[in-house]
Amino acid sequence: MSATESNEELFALADSLIETATGGEQIEVYISRGSSTEVRVHNGEVEHFVSAMSSGIGIRVINDGRTGSAHAGTLDAGIASAVLAEARENVSFSSVDEWAALAEPDGVDVTKQDLWSDELERYPTSDKVELAQRLERMTLDLDCRIRVDDTNFVDGGGEGLVVTTTGIRRYGRSNSCYLSVSTLADDTDGTRTGFGFAVGAHPGEFDVERAAREGVDRATRLLGAIKPTSRSTTVVLDPFVTAQLLGIIGSTLSGDAVVRGRSLFADRVGESIAASTFTLVDDPTDPRAYTATDLDGEGLAARRNVLIDEGELRGFVHSSYSARRGGAATTGNAIRGGYAGSPSAGCLALQLVPGERAQSDLIASIDDGVLIEGVSGLHSGVNTVSGDFSVGATGMSIRHGALAEPVREFTIASTIQRLLNDIVEVGGDLEWLPMRASGSSLVIRDVMVSGSS
Amino acid sequence: MIDSDVLDRVLNEARCHGAGFAEVYAEDRRNTGVAYDDGRVDGVSSGRDRGAGVRVINGVTTGYAHTSDLSERGLLAAARAAADAAGSGTAGVVTVALDRCTPGGGTRVEVDPNSVSKARRVEMLTEVDEIARSVNGAVTQVSAGLSDSYRSVLVANSDGVFVTDEVTRVLFRVSVVADGDLGMQTGAESLGFTGGWEVFDRYALTDLATEAAEQAVRKLRARPAPSGQLPVVIAQGTGGVLFHEACGHGLEADHIAKGASVYAGRMGELVASPLVTLVDDGTIDGEWGTRSFDDEGQATRRNVLIENGVLVDYMWDHIRARDEQRAPSGNGRRQDYASLPMVRMTNTFVLAGDDDPADIISSTEHGVYVAKLGGGSVNTASGDFVFGMRDAYLIENGQITEPLREGNLIGNGPQVLSDIDMLGNDFAMGGPGTCGKDGQGVPVGTGQPTLRVSSMTIGGTAA
Repeated sequence: MSATESNEELFALADSLIETATGGEQIEVYISRGSSTEVRVHNGEVEHFVSAMSSGIGIRVINDGRTGSAHAGTLDAGIASAVLAEARENVSFSSVDEWAALAEPDGVDVTKQDLWSDELERYPTSDKVELAQRLERMTLDLDCRIRVDDTNFVDGGGEGLVVTTTGIRRYGRSNSCYLSVSTLADDTDGTRTGFGFAVGAHPGEFDVERAAREGVDRATRLLGAIKPTSRSTTVVLDPFVTAQLLGIIGSTLSGDAVVRGRSLFADRVGESIAASTFTLVDDPTDPRAYTATDLDGEGLAARRNVLIDEGELRGFVHSSYSARRGGAATTGNAIRGGYAGSPSAGCLALQLVPGERAQSDLIASIDDGVLIEGVSGLHSGVNTVSGDFSVGATGMSIRHGALAEPVREFTIASTIQRLLNDIVEVGGDLEWLPMRASGSSLVIRDVMVSGSS
Repeated sequence: MIDSDVLDRVLNEARCHGAGFAEVYAEDRRNTGVAYDDGRVDGVSSGRDRGAGVRVINGVTTGYAHTSDLSERGLLAAARAAADAAGSGTAGVVTVALDRCTPGGGTRVEVDPNSVSKARRVEMLTEVDEIARSVNGAVTQVSAGLSDSYRSVLVANSDGVFVTDEVTRVLFRVSVVADGDLGMQTGAESLGFTGGWEVFDRYALTDLATEAAEQAVRKLRARPAPSGQLPVVIAQGTGGVLFHEACGHGLEADHIAKGASVYAGRMGELVASPLVTLVDDGTIDGEWGTRSFDDEGQATRRNVLIENGVLVDYMWDHIRARDEQRAPSGNGRRQDYASLPMVRMTNTFVLAGDDDPADIISSTEHGVYVAKLGGGSVNTASGDFVFGMRDAYLIENGQITEPLREGNLIGNGPQVLSDIDMLGNDFAMGGPGTCGKDGQGVPVGTGQPTLRVSSMTIGGTAA
């Protein structure tokens, strides 16, 4: 969200609800309203065009330490009143939680960001279609072995506000877009897949050619892939894979996981938990981040937080609840899954402080290893409570400092704790991706590759 | 929900540019959830969402627009937006009068979840928390939830389909953290049915709480899982996700049509061990993926996909069935009114074989026994898939021995299916699953008997 001029109509609805608070009752009203389009192209034709408008309201009521919430997918004033009544009813069935309370203004100034693009807002529909068609054509023209599964243009924009009886009154709006292609490449042994994408504040910033090239390279590089032999070895994570790993590490540093006894690192603040080359920052105020934002989900200023500094755990990310309960200050990290979700503590825009060497130089220093270009099963093979880490992977063998044959149908495994300590080097690259983390190449030693026996 | 004459006008507006097909999908959804965590009620929430999506298909192009405004004005605006998105067509407008609505069988509900007070739900969860904690002093954290959802659905289209249906589902989940010398471990169980609150009279939630706690405690002494290829035995009812990933997604006709499935062009061929007969059936009473109609208004049915190892059919939605000029199979599903329907599984399972489950274990010299699987995912084009083992053990000399830490297993669909060399006579359906595809989640069921795969790659850390 970007903190900008208010929207009177939405504020009026929120105000009419919080004005009904009685006694010590706290009320939070969260309203969102937005629209999105998704264009999918296949074989030069529009396969589908989805035009979506959505709006909704979520209300939290806290009274005497008890919390109740309710939501509805409409901004109809009558239904909003019913939602408030339902939230109040839900309060009565809740338990007393001494730490339950809404966020309060904490005096931290909002880092103003330009999260709204008029150019994207005005971008004509026909040009969205043309852009997807152009990416598909460009991808096909690059390599005769390539087929395209689908090409998508997706954009979305919306506004939201948080108003509370504790004095928070914040409004923001933002929009974003991306272009992506899913590719297929065939050989006698089967079909390999890849993808490419372009991100930007508006389509004028898209590097369409790079998206096409990546889509082609990712799929064709895997042609002829074999199953690697099982061994403990060094892996180089491609930035896209690193970003996914950072997401997992970030979830172990959630203040909610800490106060509820589910974080690996709960008692480790001030200790070394990672190699000294590793510095992890959550910085939603960096305008280059896809998920950059001015405000967190409770309407507090989003801010830069150093989580791991040269290997040392500096702290966790907090919502107002986890901060209060954990005896810390909120870090402005409340996230909520739209109007239907309750806020919880989570990372907003992770990034590594990059090292110095390019990926090719990192690879040149490795005698035996694997470049990991894709991973799967992060939800099924990674346990953020125990730290067990095992994911399916595809990539390229590294032999004597150079890329060798492509590999697939294997897993890489370790534990989250060991992975962090076994980091050898962070690459000098920094890629901005359409997700909550950016990526840099990452070299990790002693990772178990399970493939052929 | 919407009058038939309004639907007529909306469908006509949707075809104002000459599109051949138009559809209105409307729903009214309510849900209630109570979450218990950390020894207290963590939240009581209620939600209500209603709206309609209008789909217009013009040649190869689908236009879709949705609205939360179910008035005629709101619906007509969505119809116009969808028509504009689909572009101009040449089909003449044929007016179809939607005069007869077919009501679906709905969900057989004996105890309406609305009749169960929130206080009673809190009581049930409090008991779950107490039981789980009483299992072992190592249990440090318990999280549990009870939720129910009610969905009233209407589908009307320009082919004359006009149906309504009501679906009620109830879900219980519990997860436990135990803490030991080697760190924390987790255990989890869930129970979900298409039906009313009566299912909680048939199953003791406290048994599930006990099992989740014991699972977490057992894993405290788990050793690292092996790395490399070994025989894998999967317990009844828990391994359906293997078929969901190894071949279920690959048999969805949208992947087939784009040549993005390892099963494309293989109709009539042997794609699995002759022991395997795979069925997708959306009609099984009470199961998590059960419905009277799919989300395109087609009656669900029992579809045999693989028979004695031979590929006999794919799963179909409206568009893919139309392209192949065949009947849809009742597999056109969507997450909600804001989402386009596509080919999805319902309840997907492998029929029982002849082997005694005890023999399957005792005849395995050295391998892995998976008592409970986690989720999984697949690349349908390459056929490579993974699934997680949440509760697994080593098999040594035909006996189940040490518990193993969690990890993924990886395999290639057709290869793993043909490597199934033993199939038990103990068929069971498994727990409730949410299947994700293209950003949409839908409830699905899975099932299978105890079975053995002669070789799979186990993604552990032990050499």
